[in-house]
Amino acid sequence: MAATEVITADRLTKRFGNFTAVDAISFKVTRGEIFGFLGANGAGKSTAMRMLCGLSMPTSGRATVAGYDIATQSEMVKRHIGYMSQKFSLYGELTVRQNIALFAGIYGLKKLEIKERCASLAESLDFTEEMDMPVSILPLGQQQKLSFSVATIHNPDIVFLDEPTGGVDPITRRQFWELIYKKAAEGTTVFVTTHYMDEAEYCGRVSIMVDGCIKALDTPSELKKEFKAQNMDEVFRSLARKAQRQ
Amino acid sequence: MIGNAIHIENVSKNFGSVKALDNVSLDVSRGEIYGLLGPDGAGKTTLFRILTTLMLPDSGKAMVCGFDTTKDYARIRRTAGYMPGRFSLYPDLSVEENLKFFASLFGGKVSDNFDMVAPIYNQLAPFKNRRAANLSGGMKQKLALCCALIHRPEILFLDEPTTGVDAVSRSEFWDILSDIKQTGMPIFVSTPYMDEASRCDRISLINSGKILETGTLEDILRRNSMPLLAVKGDNNYRTLLALREAAGVKTAFLSGEYIHVFTDSLCTPESLASIEGVSEVKAINPDIEDVFIKIMGNGSN
Repeated sequence: MAATEVITADRLTKRFGNFTAVDAISFKVTRGEIFGFLGANGAGKSTAMRMLCGLSMPTSGRATVAGYDIATQSEMVKRHIGYMSQKFSLYGELTVRQNIALFAGIYGLKKLEIKERCASLAESLDFTEEMDMPVSILPLGQQQKLSFSVATIHNPDIVFLDEPTGGVDPITRRQFWELIYKKAAEGTTVFVTTHYMDEAEYCGRVSIMVDGCIKALDTPSELKKEFKAQNMDEVFRSLARKAQRQ
Repeated sequence: MIGNAIHIENVSKNFGSVKALDNVSLDVSRGEIYGLLGPDGAGKTTLFRILTTLMLPDSGKAMVCGFDTTKDYARIRRTAGYMPGRFSLYPDLSVEENLKFFASLFGGKVSDNFDMVAPIYNQLAPFKNRRAANLSGGMKQKLALCCALIHRPEILFLDEPTTGVDAVSRSEFWDILSDIKQTGMPIFVSTPYMDEASRCDRISLINSGKILETGTLEDILRRNSMPLLAVKGDNNYRTLLALREAAGVKTAFLSGEYIHVFTDSLCTPESLASIEGVSEVKAINPDIEDVFIKIMGNGSN
């Protein structure tokens, strides 16, 4: 069933000098899955994610994303993924409509398609006059929902979310996860990093990185059983405490 | 009350048409860890700036250790330790240089009050020559805390100290705060993360500039207890949509592995369990996030 595998990583490794940031990680993510990618600061998450997005070459091992090899077909990888970070996703001075047009244009959508996407996003986000307001004056929660919609405007096979819901109120957070579930139900694979373990509970499967290696990978319920833990926070801490790196 | 570490009475602050703080009142006792919980934009940082005398309220008054934040601002600046949310360290200075710098700002030397920071600083000592820019998130946070403590303040203000830090470092940081509390120092700390409520003696929930609730976590949960069902399905998204169509369901929201469902009397756990795809239904006690959502909902109606 190779067609349903959207990410495959096989002993994927990245060294900087004699420091091994990512140490032979192997895993698979299937189509429509919500995959949580956890690890302490410095565990190697960002380096691994940069490789999967085609931004950094592996030292050894291999990985495919959306069917393309990250080392030899990185441009094709970039066309088939979406990326959203809490830190930077939208241009605050531009209006909602301008942001959508900009990102849709970058991903090569045609003028007519862009017009259609603007209309459908306005409906799904419940935006009317907001469409012509600068993004910076929207409430944070709306900005984050918009970022997610923009990151998936080209219907990518997979979207990478880097700590997407930090700091938003609980209602917005649950609505944001509903957007994620909806997108996953439509067949987009979702790859999420977060420091907040209650967030990990929303994921179908979760991997935990410690010192460059994947130390655990399963559904949240199975991990809690395996580590005899009440919640994912306990699972995470029992693994990450053993970290040697500072 | 003069004896309180912090006394805030009807404080309001507007920025143009935005009500950053709307008639906020609260009291922090001596020797407690008091948490201010709310999302970004709730008004937390504005309140910290008023308490640390960096900003004046439009109306109302605030006292810190018995001093008025408007009239006695110079006293408060000497008395308070403040760890701001964003920038507080000099990235180009080393760990040791940052600490020296902050001690000298208050006219002292690191050795004068080293006992205040020793347990924390000793964890950083192996990296004392490393530039602050090159520290991990958890270590930056510990250094910033040392710098806020090195002049032996009488009260500690920590604005979102755990934002962006991993779960292990967060837990260690709260352990450090519990140790500091043992010295009798009151700690006023803000966080957007509801799960940190359990580490505070008392909390206030804040949203859109208004205090929604105040008390111990247990009190707040008890006052707001309500019947709540947690439902799990083979596919939670499909189950969520199905639940919203079901008779007697008032609201259904994703919450981690489960869907939290508020129902009326028409609806029983059995009736929900009979919905196609539902694999588990159980009655649970609302957590602090459920309570926050309930109160936020009341406010907007």
